[in-house]
Amino acid sequence: MTMNFWLFMIDCILCHNFIFSRFLGNCPFLGVSSKVETATGMGLAVVFVMTLASFFTYLGYYYILVPLKLTYLDTIMFILVIASLVQFVEMFMKKSLKSLYNSLGIYLPLITTNCAVLGVATLNITSGYGLLQSVLNGAFGAVGFLLAIVLMAGVRERLESSNIPKCFKGFPICLITAGLMSMAFMGFSGLVG
Amino acid sequence: MNWTAILYAVLALGAVAVVFGLILAFADKKFYVETDERVAKVRECLGGANCGACGYAGCDAFAQAVVEGKAKPSGCAPAGAKGVEKISAILGIADTAEAPKVAKVLCNGEIGISKEKFNYVGVKSCRAAASIAGGPKLCPYACVGLGDCEAACKFGAVSIVNALARVDESKCVACGACEKACPRSVIKLMPLESTVVVRCQNKETGRIAREMCMKACIGCKLCERQCEYDAIHVTNGFAVIDPDKCTRCGKCAAKCPAGCISMPVQAAE
Repeated sequence: MTMNFWLFMIDCILCHNFIFSRFLGNCPFLGVSSKVETATGMGLAVVFVMTLASFFTYLGYYYILVPLKLTYLDTIMFILVIASLVQFVEMFMKKSLKSLYNSLGIYLPLITTNCAVLGVATLNITSGYGLLQSVLNGAFGAVGFLLAIVLMAGVRERLESSNIPKCFKGFPICLITAGLMSMAFMGFSGLVG
Repeated sequence: MNWTAILYAVLALGAVAVVFGLILAFADKKFYVETDERVAKVRECLGGANCGACGYAGCDAFAQAVVEGKAKPSGCAPAGAKGVEKISAILGIADTAEAPKVAKVLCNGEIGISKEKFNYVGVKSCRAAASIAGGPKLCPYACVGLGDCEAACKFGAVSIVNALARVDESKCVACGACEKACPRSVIKLMPLESTVVVRCQNKETGRIAREMCMKACIGCKLCERQCEYDAIHVTNGFAVIDPDKCTRCGKCAAKCPAGCISMPVQAAE
């Protein structure tokens, strides 16, 4: 079990990285990755929300949709659950965890409709994961996202000060960088089973 | 058509949505955080240009700091005396505005008065021009006249006429943006009431200064002898008026052979 746990972790973070091999969550990956500091904040917020979302969407799917035989409503159900969850967590944090709210608060509403969060919920179901495995998948997948966005932010901070041909300035070079990083991450494929 | 399936789907999702809605409504009440109404009120009294002269990230951040007692209401120069009064009333604290200030251009060197060194045709930026062979004007202390201050001013108070910056004092809010933008510190914030100003900072004296600019302060000290209040002194080759001692009698201005002491020139309309 412990061996499987580590393998599963490596698989989620490196082999099936949400950004580089599943291509989910590209919007914040490109939008909030201009500074390492903000990228870290965003990444941590995603870890937080994806872990919770995996847990609650699992419950919503297996305890509401399956008994009612309405499993075809999964996507809309997940959106509903995630949106409410994020709202709730934001309110809770504002009241009880003020310091955490100050560091993650502004990113939370952005994640409400993040496709990585919705993607992990759907993946958990289609892969037939159990509750624990779903939560771990969400958490490790998000750690993979955090890794990717922080790496990207580091590269982009360097890009700021480097001499880039005019036609590549801004988003073009950013997309090329993302593509190269994605190719690098392809090297991890097949590492686990 | 399978109406029951539709009904079930609608009912199930509707029920889930209602439950979540109720939870959120409850959470809204339960986790209600009191935000200080005064922040919004203070925010309204500020200049509102997010000029950053107060040292905070913007007007919102400054308003927050004022309410928390970390900043003084008078920290906002654009708010002016009235704004500070209003804020003080909102917060119930006593704070008076500092003497109102205004940006003044300490140079007379417009085209024809200050001699040109070369014809500058490069980027329209004082900072760039000033770094080429000491700038296009012969006087290295003169207003470069390419409008870095004009670009920095968010209130439309600074304009460049005849290659010399002018400040419209009725529009100036003393945010200090032009002062920071000027590569030569030609623009300075000064008390609004000190109307007699030596509009030259040329450190050279006598003939050397005069060769650069017809209105340069040559450091002759005539003004020093004229002044009855010990308010004007020649230091570093040019005269400086101490606004605290100056009574705006204007005797120095009348006597100045270069004509560089003057009432501030209003911006050309």
